[in-house]
Order: sequence, then C-alpha cells, then structure tokens
Amino acid sequence: MTVFIQGAIRQAMPLLFGATGEILTEKSGNLNLGIPGIMYVGAIGGVIGATLYERAVTSAGIVPIMAVMVTMLSAMLASLLMGLIYSFLVITLRANQNVTGLALTTFGIGIGNFFGGSLNKLLGAESASISLGNISKYFKMTPPFADNLGWFGEWFFSYGFLTYLGIIIAIIAGYVLSHTRVGLHLRAVGENPATADAAGINVVKYKYFATCIGSVIAGLGGVYYIFEYTASWSNNGFGDRGWLAIALVIFALWKPGIGIVGSLIFGALYMLGITTVGISRTTKVVYEMLPYLATIVILIITSIRNKKENHPPASLGLSYFREER
Amino acid sequence: MQNTYAIELKNISKRFGTVLANNNVNLSVKRGEIMAILGENGSGKTTLMNMISGIYYPDEGQIFVDGKEVSIASPKDAFKYNIGMIHQHFKLVDVFSATENIVLGVKDEGKYNKKTGRRKVVEISQKYGFDISPDKKIYEMSVSEKQTVEIIKVLYRGADILILDEPTAVLTPQEIEKLFAVLRRMRDDGKSIIIITHKMNEVLSLSDRVAVLRKGEHIATVETANTSVAELTELMVGKKISLNINRTEPHDTSDRLVVSNITLQNSEGVRILDDVSFTAKSGEILGIAGIAGSGQKELLESIAGLQTLTKGEILYHSPEGEIFNLRKRTPEQIRELGVRLSFVPEDRLGMGLVGNMDIVDNMMLRSYKKGHSIFLNRATPKKLAETIVEELEVATPDIKTPVRKLSGGNVQKVLVGREIASKPKVLMAAYPVRGLDINSSYVIYNLLNEQKEKGVAVVFVGEDLDVLLELCDRIIVIASGKITGCLDARKTTKEEVGLLMTQNKRG
Repeated sequence: MTVFIQGAIRQAMPLLFGATGEILTEKSGNLNLGIPGIMYVGAIGGVIGATLYERAVTSAGIVPIMAVMVTMLSAMLASLLMGLIYSFLVITLRANQNVTGLALTTFGIGIGNFFGGSLNKLLGAESASISLGNISKYFKMTPPFADNLGWFGEWFFSYGFLTYLGIIIAIIAGYVLSHTRVGLHLRAVGENPATADAAGINVVKYKYFATCIGSVIAGLGGVYYIFEYTASWSNNGFGDRGWLAIALVIFALWKPGIGIVGSLIFGALYMLGITTVGISRTTKVVYEMLPYLATIVILIITSIRNKKENHPPASLGLSYFREER
Repeated sequence: MQNTYAIELKNISKRFGTVLANNNVNLSVKRGEIMAILGENGSGKTTLMNMISGIYYPDEGQIFVDGKEVSIASPKDAFKYNIGMIHQHFKLVDVFSATENIVLGVKDEGKYNKKTGRRKVVEISQKYGFDISPDKKIYEMSVSEKQTVEIIKVLYRGADILILDEPTAVLTPQEIEKLFAVLRRMRDDGKSIIIITHKMNEVLSLSDRVAVLRKGEHIATVETANTSVAELTELMVGKKISLNINRTEPHDTSDRLVVSNITLQNSEGVRILDDVSFTAKSGEILGIAGIAGSGQKELLESIAGLQTLTKGEILYHSPEGEIFNLRKRTPEQIRELGVRLSFVPEDRLGMGLVGNMDIVDNMMLRSYKKGHSIFLNRATPKKLAETIVEELEVATPDIKTPVRKLSGGNVQKVLVGREIASKPKVLMAAYPVRGLDINSSYVIYNLLNEQKEKGVAVVFVGEDLDVLLELCDRIIVIASGKITGCLDARKTTKEEVGLLMTQNKRG
C-alpha cells in the first residue's frame, strides 16, 4: 500500500506541474501544446545547470542549497525561453497556436536530446544515461520529522520539497484565478479579449505573463521527474507525461484545485499498471491508457451537461487583435 | 453651472478614406438633459458618438467637457472625463456574473473584494431602479438584462455622460418602457444622456432635444416640445435628388409571389416579422424600404425558405399558372422553382461567396448538385464565369483571381450576376449597391431593369430613398417587422416614405 501511494504521488507530480502551468496559460486564451517540449527543455536545463555546477566545484565541494538553486534557476530559465518563443510567435506574430505548440514540442524534444547527448559525450560516460545522484539527493531530502510519524509519515512526508512546492503552486494558482483582481482580469482576457481590452486591461501583457509563468511552472515538472524521480537523464526518458499534463487540464476543468486531485488519480491509474501482479505486458499498456480514457469520459460528461463554467475559456486558441478601421 | 454644457462638440469632422463620415458637426448637451440623435442609416450618428467615447479620433474640431477643451484618444480617456457609451453589441464576458463584469478593469482603492463590488452594484441598481441579480451569469441573461449590466458598468465607472447606441432595437415594448423610466431617473439625477435612434415615437416620448444628422452633416437641433413628426422626418430625409434612373412602365404583370400574414419570432419571443402581407408581380420592381434591421433580411430569407415561420403563407404562382406553397418546401426546392435571393451583407464576402476561391469556383457553389459524376464539371461554370465577367464588365485580371482580391463593386456584380444567370422567375436583391460608386450602381440598376423587362418579379431592398423612388414601380415600407404602407413609387414622396419608415407600432 505504501509503495502504491508513494508511487502514485511521484507519478502525479510532473503532471501537476505541467497541468498548473498549462491552466494558467490556457486561462489567458493560449492553447500551448508545446508543454511536453517545454517540460523536456525544463528538465534538460536543470540537468545542464546541475552538471556544470558539479564539474565546476567537484563532488566534494557541493553546497546543497547552491546545487538546488542552480538547477532550479537554469531549468526555469530554459523553460522561460521556450515560453517566450511561444508567446512571441502566438501573441505578437499571431501565428496559429496549434501549429506553434506542436512545433515547439518537437523542437523541445530535439533540443533536450541534443544537449543530453552532448553532455553525455562531454562527461565521457559509458552508459547512455547521465547519472545525477550527487545533486538529486538534495532534491530527495524528506522533511526531518517524517521518520517519527510511522505510516503517516511514509504516506505524506516521504517526498522532496518539489512535491510540496507543486501542491502549493497549484493552490496559489487556484486562489489567484478565482479570488484576485489579477485572476479576474486574466480570465476575462481568455474569455473575451475584446471586452477585457475595452475595460482597459492590457491583453498582450496578461497573455505574455500567463504564458511565460505557465511555462516556467511546467518546466519545474521536468525538473521533478529527473531529479526527484529518476535521478538520471536518458534521452526520450520522459515518456508521454507532457501530453498527460494537457489531458489533466481538461480533466480538471481548468481548475488547479481539481488538478491536484486529478493528478493523483492519474498517478494511481499509472501505478495500477505497474503494481498489479500477474498481468501481461499488453494489459499493462491498457492500464496506461486509462488516464486518457478518463479524460475523454470527462469531456463527454461536460459536453452533455453543457455548463458554461466547465467549458474551456471561450477564446482559447484564437489570436486577438484590436479591430482597426 | 447652468450655462456651461456637459459636453460640447465644435466643427467635428471625420473621414474614412475618401468617405466623409462627419462634416463640421456642432452639438451640445446640458446636464440633466436627454438628447436624441436622429438620422438615417449612414448619417454618421454612431461615428460621431464613437469620437466622444474614444473609439475614433476626430480629424478636425474640438470637444469640450464642462467648458474645458479635452482630447479623447481612447476609451480610457473617455472614462476619465466620465463619459460612458453603451454599444449595440455588448462587451461582456459570458461566464462571469453581472458583478464580475461590472468591476472588470476598474482599479478600485485597496484589495480586490467581491463583496464590496457587489454592494456597490446593488447600490447603483437601487438608486436608479434597475432590475438585476448581481450574481447571475451573463449567459443566463436575456438581452435586456445584459443591456442593464452594460449601463450599470458605465455608471460604476462614474459616468455622468451616457451615450446609448440604438438601445431599443433589441428590446420588447415592456423592456423599452422600463429602460426609459431608468433613463428619466438618471436625467433627473443630473446626468446627460445621449441616445442614438431612428424611431420617431421614442424621440418624442423620451428626449428633451433632438439633433438631426443627414449624410454626415448636422442639420438642426430642435426642442422636442416644439417639433412634430412631420418636421423631423423632413429634416431627416431631406429634399429629393433626381438620379435619372431609366424606368419603364411595367407590362403584362401577373401575380408571382403572394405573401400573406407571415409572422416570424426569434428565440427571445420578439416578432421580427409581424403579420406581413404583399404581392410581388412579374415584370415590375417591388421596392422594400425600411430602416436597417426592421426585418428586411428575415423577410427575404423567409421567402427563400431559410427561416421557420410562426405563421402565414407564401404562395408562388408559376408562369404556367401552377401554385406552390413555399412554406412546405426546402430552400433547395424553392431555388429550383426559380426564386433566387442575392443578398449583399455589410461584409460582402460574408454570405454567398467564398473569398479565397476564384469566380469559376464560386459559380460552382450554386450548381454543384447538378453534377452526377463524382468529378467536378468545370467547363459549364467556366463559361458562365466568362459571360458574367464580360457582360457585367467585372474588372478582374482573369476568372482565376480569388474573389477576395476584387473590389467591392465587382464582387457585387459577381454575386448578382450568378443569380441572374440562373434565369430566375423571382429575383430578390438586398442592398445590391451597398458601398458601390455611382457608375457601378447604375450597372446594377440596369441589370435589375433588364430582368424586369424579361418578366421577372424583382424584389429590391434598398437603403437610399432616392434610388427606391426612381427605380421601383411599387414600394412597401417596413418598420419594426410590420408593413406600414404600400405606395406607388411614381406618385409618392420621400417624406411620405420616411414617415412610414419611422412609424413603429411594435407590440
């Protein structure tokens, strides 16, 4: 049981980061299908930062807080750059969002694999993967009091700080969206940019900020996967987690709070395939399909119920330009 | 102060390209006054108001607010001077509640708080007697409720000068009464209200003064109490201008289309068409006059089978003497009978033509069902396209040029030409000369006259009264979905038509 819950939460976290980032982005009316690429680039950014830091100070001189900061900042910078590329193309140049997003995903995976391969060569590693154990152990540090709490500690406090950060970010995002003026304005931009513009809201600014902040949050999902989950980098090792994050956005009805629950459900469904004993490989693949099936079911239910609050932002996927005469 | 105006416009002019939308307009509104702006379509009412609310910037002239000259470059500036405009098309976020929409974009003091916003909204509604539920979502609201939200939104921002662009166009009579009551209360509270309208009875019952615009120029401002419908109509339509359109006497006329008592309701329960009856005869041009949006479009669409009527009958008498009930037929079958509709909407490419396709492909859109093979037959439509280009003198490099690249007049020629090419028995043309220069307009008039000579029953929906009076044989006038008169185009006057157009007895 403990293994199952821990596994589910570890599977859930990358999705939660990705989904929270994508929710913020989509609330501004930008459908960023580049999220899988951005998470991948976030991850490689972290790996580059960590590796360079480690080489610079050698393994004996690693300062934990510095190691974590360098990794996080380089990952955030990398995913921010991806977000800026997307924003510039889609908001300023008004390129098609779907095409731009998909291109960015392909691009991001290419970038990740390129730098992954280069780093590997640079380090002269024998295997295909880059071991990050020296630094990832700081990401895996659990709260000190966890050991005294028995099963409770194992269930809830046996994770690194990024797990809690992910949940806190999702909660803050949810609060900002529904309880602050910034959130109200952001939602207005995604729903009806012309109205927001007429009300004196800077539509371009909101779209840029939401998309870039969303990208940075999603990039942290990549960092989580590499540094807390696998502790090593290997090319194409990220799987379809980016797409699952986008599915989770729909599943969560564009609400970060539901996203927390949804990510856990997705994680649990994933773990079901791994922990159920005595099933064949084919059955396992069927289990991995379940999150997507659940998303489709949610889509069908919300479409039938046709409650407008549960629909995607009205201007999602559309570019906005002020009508001029 | 009593003697300074709340807002004063001096010698305002505005051009769009070569079109003069406003020319030297002077206008002033006092505090605690309701000013009506009256004018036909295209007389520049909305353009003028858009300059006050910061959507356009005047080319020439000055604007004074409370006696001080101001420059209004954006809606934000307009808010700064406490000017608020309620547009015909509401700017609201559907999934937001009324309160959320109202507070949107307002930078109040301190922290954002739903409750304070809500309280303020309730205060405003109570003060002026608005009927509104602050937590109701916009998508659950009726048109009238949405309008109320728009008005409160403007008041919430502290507007003292309110501009309403044809606020009654979408309302039921009861809702109009409610709106007027609210507006009167706001006037008594010292606010200045400018209302754009072309409904005479509303002008008379609501306003204190009326400013009349015609073709972009300010004609006169009169005290409502000292004027009459006749005087306002004359100011609005102006003197008749002779156009010398060639008009022949109709011959061999017989009933072709008999429309009796048709009524059409929209989803809000408002009657778009109300008990409309008329007859279109072969070999004559029947004009339909009316303020834009009085139901002309819906009327033609009903005949073409594109609307579901609430009641009434449309009978088509074929030249062979057979009678067909069009209500029982699909649009396809109606077209087969020879009843053709060519509608030129405000955006010409919006209906009937695909902008990115060339003339040949656009011809094929109308005849695609004729082919029996799975492959396209391009030869016939190509010939047709060539004929149209040649005969109507469409200026185009060749027939392979996308329609989008043609000028407005040429697009309209293609649109009308395609319908004429099918040798119709009834040809309905809505605004076929909209936006055209004089020469192109005459080409279209001649086309319609040719069809009339050939014994086609032509129905012509027009905007310009001078054209209607000279082109048509008979004119029916429609106001708010009702036929208010049927006139002999040779004998009637512009004033008579104008008067009937502004009569509205909706209810």
